[in-house]
Amino acid sequence: MTLRQAHEPDRQTAAADTATAVRATGVGKTFPTKAGEVVALTAVDLTVAAGEFVSLIGPSGCGKSTLLRLIADLDAASTGTLEIFGKPAPRARIDQDYGIAFQQAGLLPWRTVAANISLPLELHRVARDERRDRVSELAELVGLADFVDRYPDQLSGGMQQRVAIARALAARPRLLLMDEPFGALDEMTREYLQSELVRIAAETGAAVVFVTHSIPEAVFLSDRVVVMSPRPGRITTVVPTSLGVRDEALRESPAYFERVTAVREALHGAPRTRADER
Amino acid sequence: MTRRTRALVWGVVGVLAVAALWELYKFAGPAEGLIVGAVAGEPGSGVMILPRTHDRAMPHIWEMFARLGQSASGGATPPLIVPVITAALTTLGIAAAGWAIGVVVGAALGLVMQRWRLAEWGMLPWIVLSQTVPLIAFAPVISSIGTQIDRSGTPWPQWFSVAIIASYLAFFPVAIGALQGLRSPERAHVDLMRSYAAGYWPTLVRLRLPAAVPYLLPALRLAAANAVLGAVVAEVSIGMRGGIGRMLIQLAGQASSDPAAPWGPTFGAIALGLIAAGSIAIMGLGLSNYRRGEATA
Repeated sequence: MTLRQAHEPDRQTAAADTATAVRATGVGKTFPTKAGEVVALTAVDLTVAAGEFVSLIGPSGCGKSTLLRLIADLDAASTGTLEIFGKPAPRARIDQDYGIAFQQAGLLPWRTVAANISLPLELHRVARDERRDRVSELAELVGLADFVDRYPDQLSGGMQQRVAIARALAARPRLLLMDEPFGALDEMTREYLQSELVRIAAETGAAVVFVTHSIPEAVFLSDRVVVMSPRPGRITTVVPTSLGVRDEALRESPAYFERVTAVREALHGAPRTRADER
Repeated sequence: MTRRTRALVWGVVGVLAVAALWELYKFAGPAEGLIVGAVAGEPGSGVMILPRTHDRAMPHIWEMFARLGQSASGGATPPLIVPVITAALTTLGIAAAGWAIGVVVGAALGLVMQRWRLAEWGMLPWIVLSQTVPLIAFAPVISSIGTQIDRSGTPWPQWFSVAIIASYLAFFPVAIGALQGLRSPERAHVDLMRSYAAGYWPTLVRLRLPAAVPYLLPALRLAAANAVLGAVVAEVSIGMRGGIGRMLIQLAGQASSDPAAPWGPTFGAIALGLIAAGSIAIMGLGLSNYRRGEATA
């Protein structure tokens, strides 16, 4: 069954679909290797509502980055259907419905901060004046208004990552895909950027799918934490956080620690499960 | 001392060291050289293991430079430096044409090989193999093809054959450098362009070409040096008059009577190589922003 066929009957419900940022149904991915096929992801069902913040967490090889790449249409799903705002993933990519940021900021070293942020706008032929306005708006949003003329090699890792976030937001996507964007940063910068991201997500109203290795990060940021496990990559548990306002006080609150524990147990399995495995 | 001045100082020291070595050996070495295994009464027998140092074999360095100021071939002829410069400029023009052809061909090959893996597999071995063909063998073939085309009505001046032969050496580093450079963007950058739904051309212009600059600049410089070398050798092997290569051979033939003379066109050829490589370096100055990745990556 192709994506298109799956999409056709939903035409009447298109309006309703825009309330759903991501809808994955039975999504799987297998990679051919010399040793045979490797199942990276199997039977993933996941719905992300518009404006919702969802983290994917799990050990290496659980397919969380693969799932993100499928949503971004950087790879094609082997099985199942994947809809972004009610459209097949390739359509959503062409329509620029999402912005993406990777672990490495991935800025073009020969472009200034401003030119890096405006790259997606240039590629989509946004007029020069409009580009300039949008770039200064975004630089303001990520707190880099004074650095727009710098080159990436003149910025710290945290600043580079903020530029990458600004670039991902340039085309005003309603969905932000982030693959361990803070993974390479020190703890203090990391916590600071987490708070920034919460603010930015709230200001833009974009849904976020956020891949991370860090349990506290996932809990602090997300409305729901999706716990995944490897061999084959699949979703095991979804932990809703329902923590309300994200501020620095939250990091000290018992409710926060309780959620962290809940995710940790889901991730490592309850002691009973471990005994079963032995 | 800054890096730049230090580099300059060491460059000068290197040149002076070579000059000093020359003069030292001329002073200390045996005048008639050192020949081992010579049979008495049999001239030319034995193996020379140290070259002769008398003035006809090794002129003093100051004599080489002084010769540039003296009349080229006696009488009222202008000083040697004038025909050297004229010949050098002729060769430079031809080498520049060869460089330009080589860059276009090399860049096209690089683009095609980056675009289609199959093209790389099919073409790269031939490109590498092409450089193993000796220029001396290859030059007369080009020359005779040129002559045939010329006879059949399409004008094909001799200098054009020389330019083609020079381009044959120049295209190689460009093709390899372009392929390597166009393929240098990281996975994340390529993914990013895909996420923007950018096709081949936008990706080429905004990502692959800028990323290729640090690879292309050394390749272009190498191509420039190769083009000069190719032009000089080609002039000699197809016997074209007017260039520095021909002049070098001509004056070398008269070296026993005028030992300092062939050093004139030799210096001319060295200057050519420096000018050619230097022009590329100047070109690179305007592209320094594209080399920022080199420090961090």
